[in-house]
Amino acid sequence: MAEFLLELFSEEIPARMQARAADDLARLMGEALAAERLAPASARTFVTPRRLTFAADGVPAVQPDLSEERKGPREGAPQAALDGFLRSAGVALDQCELRDTGKGRAWFAVVNRPGRPAPEVLADVVARVLTGFPWPKSMRWGESTFRWVRPLHRVLALFDGKPLPGAFQPDEHLSLAYGAETQGHRFLAPEIVRVVDYADYAQKLVDASVMLDRDRRKSAILNKSRQRAEEEGLSLVEDDGLAEEVAGLVEWPIVLMGRIDDVFMEVPQEVLTTSMRTHQKYFACRKPDGTLAPRFIVVANTETQDGGAAVVAGNERVLRARLADAKFFWDQDRKTPLETHAGKLGSIIFHARLGSMAEKVVRVGALSRTIAGRIADADPEAAGHAAALCKADLVTGMVGEFPELQGVMGRYYALGQGMPPAIAEAIAQHYAPLGPGDDCPSASLSIAVALADKVDTLAGFFAIDEKPTGSRDPFALRRAALGVIRLILENRLDLPLRDFLSEAIGHYAAVVDDLKPATVANDILAFLADRLKVSLRDKGVRHDLIDAVFALGVDDLVQLLDRVSALEDLLTSDDGANLLTGYRRAGNIVRIEAKKDGADGYGTPNPTGFTQAEERQVADALARASTDVADRISAMDFAGAMSALARLRAPIDAFFDQVTVNAEDTDLRRNRLALLQAITDTMNSVADFSRVEG
Amino acid sequence: MVTVSPPPTSFQDVILRLQTFWAAQGCVILQPFDMEVGAGTFHPATTLRSLGPEHTWNCAYVQPSRRPTDGRYGENPNRLQHYYQFQVLMKPSPADSQGLYLQSLYALGIDPALHDIRFVEDDWESPTLGAWGLGWEVWCDGMEVTQYTYFQQVGGIECDPVPLELTYGLERIAMYVLGKESIYDLPFNDPAGPGRKTYRDVFHRAEREYSAYNFEHADTDALLRHFADAETACQSLIGHRLALPAYDQCIKASHLFNLLDARGVISVVERAAYIGRVRDLARACCEMWLEAA
Repeated sequence: MAEFLLELFSEEIPARMQARAADDLARLMGEALAAERLAPASARTFVTPRRLTFAADGVPAVQPDLSEERKGPREGAPQAALDGFLRSAGVALDQCELRDTGKGRAWFAVVNRPGRPAPEVLADVVARVLTGFPWPKSMRWGESTFRWVRPLHRVLALFDGKPLPGAFQPDEHLSLAYGAETQGHRFLAPEIVRVVDYADYAQKLVDASVMLDRDRRKSAILNKSRQRAEEEGLSLVEDDGLAEEVAGLVEWPIVLMGRIDDVFMEVPQEVLTTSMRTHQKYFACRKPDGTLAPRFIVVANTETQDGGAAVVAGNERVLRARLADAKFFWDQDRKTPLETHAGKLGSIIFHARLGSMAEKVVRVGALSRTIAGRIADADPEAAGHAAALCKADLVTGMVGEFPELQGVMGRYYALGQGMPPAIAEAIAQHYAPLGPGDDCPSASLSIAVALADKVDTLAGFFAIDEKPTGSRDPFALRRAALGVIRLILENRLDLPLRDFLSEAIGHYAAVVDDLKPATVANDILAFLADRLKVSLRDKGVRHDLIDAVFALGVDDLVQLLDRVSALEDLLTSDDGANLLTGYRRAGNIVRIEAKKDGADGYGTPNPTGFTQAEERQVADALARASTDVADRISAMDFAGAMSALARLRAPIDAFFDQVTVNAEDTDLRRNRLALLQAITDTMNSVADFSRVEG
Repeated sequence: MVTVSPPPTSFQDVILRLQTFWAAQGCVILQPFDMEVGAGTFHPATTLRSLGPEHTWNCAYVQPSRRPTDGRYGENPNRLQHYYQFQVLMKPSPADSQGLYLQSLYALGIDPALHDIRFVEDDWESPTLGAWGLGWEVWCDGMEVTQYTYFQQVGGIECDPVPLELTYGLERIAMYVLGKESIYDLPFNDPAGPGRKTYRDVFHRAEREYSAYNFEHADTDALLRHFADAETACQSLIGHRLALPAYDQCIKASHLFNLLDARGVISVVERAAYIGRVRDLARACCEMWLEAA
């Protein structure tokens, strides 16, 4: 048993690819070693911007021998068959023996494959892993055809303290000898470092200003940043995603703090943080009162002779230039009222076949008013007003420069010109929710505009048949659909979707030729049902129950889910489970008999034709259940409707116990089949039980 | 060993040092291409030579670049519609290209013992040239100083061998090493010498006038006609197997498109179509460049 250490030393690996690369290396090496009978006792991987490292302990020094028995042709088979067998097994006839197989005698050979020394095998394994590495994007360099994420310069490969034999040589233009050398930090310790094993490697890298472990770099960045902020009486704005990224940009994190000029602090803080985070990878800090502090934290990759003074000064300059642009836009944009900005939306295309943003805004306005009319405390006129301005910030300089601030800037500009906060919030929130984890608007005007915008988008793209297919969803319609679902469900909106969709689709009549409103509405409803199932799957809601209720044409999502939940309760009860069995039995019998009879159905049962008490009892119970179910459903009491159904269980069970459906008498048989059909019909008025699985 | 030169004294000193440095690496020092281009990459010494015909090609040159939409009438201290790029192309990409590149920064007085130099992922793509490559933007204390790209494809054709392209933003680097907050305050020549001039003296009027031209006065109907003419001429020259004159027309079409874009007469949807038309020309030129060699 010995240790195997591999380091792939390259030019800078993109930060976003590093974590996955480490996982891939662990997986590929693990699989390859196991396949070669060299599985290690334990293994770890590491990644820095310039290196991918795999360290395994307890690797066998030699592959275990492999002995394998192979069966050849039967005794007396043609010589050619026997020769073929000997050739493929690599043995001579005197190494084979004849054995009785129970069906006559056949030749058997025992093939011994002696294990190869680990270093030899490892050299092959490394070459294979390098050649087949699944980088999301890879490149060629120089003259070689080999692809790596960025040029690969060294392969440190030590087994038991000694380099593997040979070199990685994918073609005649590239040859990297398996060696014992690496390099430290690019600037702080550029010298060649020779190592003998992992412990030596890890120590020498620390000495050479390389923090090998990505998680340690990340926690060092966060801890030192928090500490630095506290020294100034501030708190760090925690940003795990940014810390992840920054950990991939440095081998030796040095946390420094810079100042933001006061003149920029009047610019909205979203602008400051966006500029700092996305362009410069800086962390933000807060003052004790929660407002943004005029400081930023930058993580450098090097310790400089002046303690970081020049680095901070340089970063402050860059930020100043960026924020000067932002402040210019902030000042310029506010000179023009949002209404005037909105007037320029005609020049922005929503989609070539669906017209401009100006036209979209008109449609969204109409829909917003409709929705607001169905929300108790919402003012349709205010909703229309918010909708008219919701896209106005798209033509402002700031959003042109920072597209991710759409909506947010609209709110600032609206508040700045004295609009009611509810309208400003609706402008800011109308893009939400952007995903399953995003906050869903809950203020009535925000709901109205957010929902209207998304439904208009769905209606438009479905009208021109631009539906998502497979992984292609260029207009983010799945996200829009999920937004619609969340807005309705989380706010319990009473909104019959079919009518509402028809209204939305109707607005496109002027721009889309040959519009088929009913088909488009059906397609969107089916798409929403599909997204609903996907979004509820994680919460453990059964998709078959959604289908069962949706099949009734229920297009009010809140009601749909209430029914699904009541149905689920029923089916998990003892009565419900038995009732479902009865339903299926009734359905099966009717289907089979109708096929025999060539009948479409059996009509309604005739009470005078009943001959047994159990028949009468089922008929009475069905009559009662029908009335009760209808009453309960119209009162939106779905649990009550389910209880009414549950009371059918006993009479139906008794019927199946005591009554022979296929009676000799034709009329009697038909009347009993009609009664069975009445059972399924009654139950189907609550949910299509034929779609229930399990 | 790291040897760092003293800081440059002027804008032209930055250029001269880069020329001297890359000349010493065996580069052919070319002069700017005599047409309006949006970036140094458009110079045929990069676009066409990155594909062939010779196996080895190392060159460096300054290229004035025009980005009509970046014009700010001379009022923004950081943005220009006309600026300079220093362009290096080395084919095949040298083995220690990063080491070589860092030496060029040291020649500009950037000391790694004082500054934080990093290679941050930035994949480069030119949709109009049908070209792409992988690499980084090089950061010095958070500022992008160079676009660093290993070309993989140009004109839709695979690069073999792979060239390395370095594009230095000269004004930005000069502002940094000379400690100026505004482009216009850069000393153009020796600030202690006779006849000293600033960047403002040399270019401010041009920024004002060209911004007005780009945004207000460019005759869009004429530009649209010129675009169509350049496209036709390019195609016709390809027919005559004249790759270089054809490529001139492709460059012309590309710049006309930029002007039209600045005038805001190209809608989002048309935009993609125009880019596609220029790309088709670039591809045809690159193919003819290799075919007629």
